Amino acid sequence: MDFLTIIQVLDGTVRLAIPLLLACLAGLFSERAGIFDIGLEGKMLMAAFFSAAVAYTSGNAWVGLLAGIASSMVLSAVHGLASITFRGNQLISGVAINFLALGLTVLIAQDWFGQGGRTPSLSGAARFDSIDLPGAITRIRDMRDAGPLMQFYSELISGHSILVYLGFLTVPITWWVLFRTRFGLRLRAVGENPEAVDTAGVSVVGLRFAAVAICGLLCGIAGAYLSTAIQAGFTKGMTADRGYIALAALIFAKWRPWYALYACLLFGLFFAIDNRFQNITLLGFQLPVQFMQSLPYILTVVILAGFVGKAIPPRAGGEPYVKER
Amino acid sequence: MDVMPKWAEVILVPLISLILAALLSAVVILAIGENPIKAVSIMVDGSIGGVRGWGYTLYYATNFIFTGLCVSVAFHARLFNIGGEGQAMLGGLGVALVLLYIPFPHWSLALVAASIGAALFGALWALIPAWLQAARGSHIVITTIMFNFMAAGLLNYLLSNTLKPAGQSDPASAKFDAAYDLPTLNSILTDLGFQAARDDSVNVTFLLAIAACFAVWFLLWRTRLGFQIRSFGQSETAAKYAGISPLKITVIAMLISGGLAGLMAVNTAMGEQERLVLNSVEGAGFIGIAVALMGRNHPFGVFLAALLFGFLYQGGAELALWTSIPRELITVIQALVILFTGALDNMVRTPLANLFLHLRKGKEPPETAPPPPGPKRPDHEPEGTVKEA
Repeated sequence: MDFLTIIQVLDGTVRLAIPLLLACLAGLFSERAGIFDIGLEGKMLMAAFFSAAVAYTSGNAWVGLLAGIASSMVLSAVHGLASITFRGNQLISGVAINFLALGLTVLIAQDWFGQGGRTPSLSGAARFDSIDLPGAITRIRDMRDAGPLMQFYSELISGHSILVYLGFLTVPITWWVLFRTRFGLRLRAVGENPEAVDTAGVSVVGLRFAAVAICGLLCGIAGAYLSTAIQAGFTKGMTADRGYIALAALIFAKWRPWYALYACLLFGLFFAIDNRFQNITLLGFQLPVQFMQSLPYILTVVILAGFVGKAIPPRAGGEPYVKER
Repeated sequence: MDVMPKWAEVILVPLISLILAALLSAVVILAIGENPIKAVSIMVDGSIGGVRGWGYTLYYATNFIFTGLCVSVAFHARLFNIGGEGQAMLGGLGVALVLLYIPFPHWSLALVAASIGAALFGALWALIPAWLQAARGSHIVITTIMFNFMAAGLLNYLLSNTLKPAGQSDPASAKFDAAYDLPTLNSILTDLGFQAARDDSVNVTFLLAIAACFAVWFLLWRTRLGFQIRSFGQSETAAKYAGISPLKITVIAMLISGGLAGLMAVNTAMGEQERLVLNSVEGAGFIGIAVALMGRNHPFGVFLAALLFGFLYQGGAELALWTSIPRELITVIQALVILFTGALDNMVRTPLANLFLHLRKGKEPPETAPPPPGPKRPDHEPEGTVKEA
């Protein structure tokens, strides 16, 4: 394995980690405010479809992105209505949202485009193209002859779509919002002890709706990235359980932004290795592909079991807030 | 005292939720430019308009009874088992191992052994999440989701390496012995002199599913264990005070739940496909959630809800066949049913409760204010035993 191969695997890691990271941070906002969200998958899927569909019809990826965010936020509003306003079961609401997105995307895609539940291929301005940073090599032949530092710069740092850089930027922003602003303090408080926040005269309902809306926004970007940046168009069920993996990463990261970045990069690395090499031999053992694919889930269960550092979720998570009378 | 009479609680609330879900589904069908009334008539014709349709409607219903009971039993212990999918996959593995490696003289013996294998494997797949929830406080929803994915990985590995017969390309086990074919209700009808096509639809497993409904009812409302499960679900602290071990009840309830999900594989693997294929569960584990919510976690309700979903499934397949409406319409309807009967329950319940209160006030002298409608407040847990998520 030469240096370029390693760089290429890492490049794949970044591409695969970004949708996970955005969805994971989306879940972070929601769960830190005490609203469990297993509907990340559904919101991403909905956004993936609407951003691809609108990008195709308008010919503009940015308009598509806005449409994707809007559709994801509509599902967020449903989740908020069910779990905040009507104090329903947040897990059941999440399950419903996942199925709703799975069904509706195919139904609408078939109605609009008639191509068996997919959108037509996107090209040109309807897609987020990769950005080549100044001085980066773009031709594959030149890449092979370049020095390691140049390869690192051209392959790993340069050549991603703008959403990738935006995704990485979301990590410090999330950290800053949650831990350095008044809004963030209140948001975390509402996930730990909503009674205290209510007593202080701050609206629990308002804060939770704000958190759920941010969650929808980030899931929307994640979905748009899948269908208009990584791939050129929407296909049925294209999120491929990334929402659940993001949930796993969130637990792995113990509900903290910087750890979320590391967890998503780790899971992204698993998938990148899995994509690149079919069979891996480790210490004379041949690891089956299915094992590599299951590794994020196994690791999450181990973390959840508390054998390797305990993951303590927000205290008021999952419980609707009932004002004292 | 109760705000609503029992009949309103058991029948009216789910019925109104169902009507809301149906109305929205009709709007969805209209929005994609089809006629909802025509769609319903095609679904009815294809699912309950003939012997063949009935066969598949009941075949699907059999699956949903098992997964619905699986979710219900766990719900009674206030556990949300979202892992029916994975437990049913492992149940299929149990069926395949029993039928491939142990010889039986007759299908009935094979059925008994396969059922035991299916229930055992399904239950074992629920054991680790149950234990982790009870002993380590790991949230069962997350662990069972993870176990679904692990089950898929495990099955994929076994079917593409160990169980796949030589010279076959698709990941599936060898065919089971033809002697183990379960008698279908259609073939029984033909033997009795009725006109019916011979196909692999509803089979004797349907009777097993009905038996499971009775067994679950008996367990939950007529045995000590059932009482313990229900008390634990109502209030963990009260149950603890009464000497009921949370660890024991969590594990036992999840074992029963997983076993019921596993039994579904007898119907799919042994009854219909006659071998183990990769995607034999086809989301039935998740439909179990909708079935349990609609059936209000009572075996009879689960039975009725499973019939309804059997009808939707078979009718949806016919709809996809005869119109341009994709099968995914059923997924949308399923989502709406889960949303309205599960998550938006209070949206229907609160106005209805107020209505009944208003009606009663007219007849009786004013009474003390009822408890605010809405979900029960969670028990006050002792410090330091915060439930994990």
